[in-house]
Amino acid sequence: MLASDDDILARAEEWRKAGRGVAIATVIETWGSAPRPVGSHLVIDDEGHFLGSVSGGCVEGDVVTTALDVIGEGKARTIEFGVADETAWRVGLSCGGRIRVYVEKVD
Amino acid sequence: MRLEHLQELNKARAERRAVVLITDVADGSQRLVRGENIAGDALSEQLDAALRAGKSATVEHEGKSYFLTVQVPPVRIIVIGAVHISQAMAPMAKLAGFDMTIIDPRTAFATPDRFPDVKLLAEWPDVALPPLKPDRYTAMAFFTHDPKIDDPGLIQALHAECFYIGALGSRKTHAKRVERMKAAGFNDEQLSRIRAPIGLDIGSVTPSEIAVSVLGEIILALRKKPLRAPNAAPAGSKAA
Repeated sequence: MLASDDDILARAEEWRKAGRGVAIATVIETWGSAPRPVGSHLVIDDEGHFLGSVSGGCVEGDVVTTALDVIGEGKARTIEFGVADETAWRVGLSCGGRIRVYVEKVD
Repeated sequence: MRLEHLQELNKARAERRAVVLITDVADGSQRLVRGENIAGDALSEQLDAALRAGKSATVEHEGKSYFLTVQVPPVRIIVIGAVHISQAMAPMAKLAGFDMTIIDPRTAFATPDRFPDVKLLAEWPDVALPPLKPDRYTAMAFFTHDPKIDDPGLIQALHAECFYIGALGSRKTHAKRVERMKAAGFNDEQLSRIRAPIGLDIGSVTPSEIAVSVLGEIILALRKKPLRAPNAAPAGSKAA
């Protein structure tokens, strides 16, 4: 299902109210040719279901993994992806851009 | 993010209100500021810019990094008058990304044949407008220059703090309009918000060209001025 960023936040609220552990990942900064603009969201639940996107599919897997940690620990994290970080991260952006993603738990 | 903040963001969107969620990226602390309350905030300048652009952004303030999650209602254009200019403007507005609605009680004008692919209400503005709840993220253009159709809508547009109000008609027609609106209780400052003659002065002649000039004027009002209280909006003379 294609969802706008607005639908995604509505879904995050629904999921949380249904008692699921929920995290919201948001693109907070981009450099170069980033696939999704600042403000784009990915919503993740404690079973790894997700909705939305923060990239064209390149880094979502890693964001979901981080989100599961964040749901467990409760502390927000900022993660960065990009060509320059290829050695540090398992995934990168093939488009050559860099993005910073803020991952927070919905309490 | 606290669930109450998330609820407030979602509620604000449903009610067409502007809000910004401010996140201190370093420590995760957050607060929510309503669009009407940004003036008193420590980040008021940055909040104002972000709201005007309608985009979320990272900003720096006193050595700290904040992420602004900006929630603004989608911008709408409501046109009074199912006339030739409206026919030209409907597809242009759609291309430019605006949600457009046309209101005209004259059923001979307001026909789906003339207006495919645009919301059309064959009703009087005082009936059709209240359910649409015009607001400061709404532009209103008046194209009938018939007082009995335009005026009831104009009164609502002025009360609703629409970010753009434009009315077709010569200077003479507009002078009469201003007299009627004064009789209805509006003052000079409020009435200076009506852009008339309507549209940017690009020498438009045909209905399509006039539609371009009006759409251009709406974009100018949207992007170059704060979407704030009506008093903050300068007179139309600057734009024209």
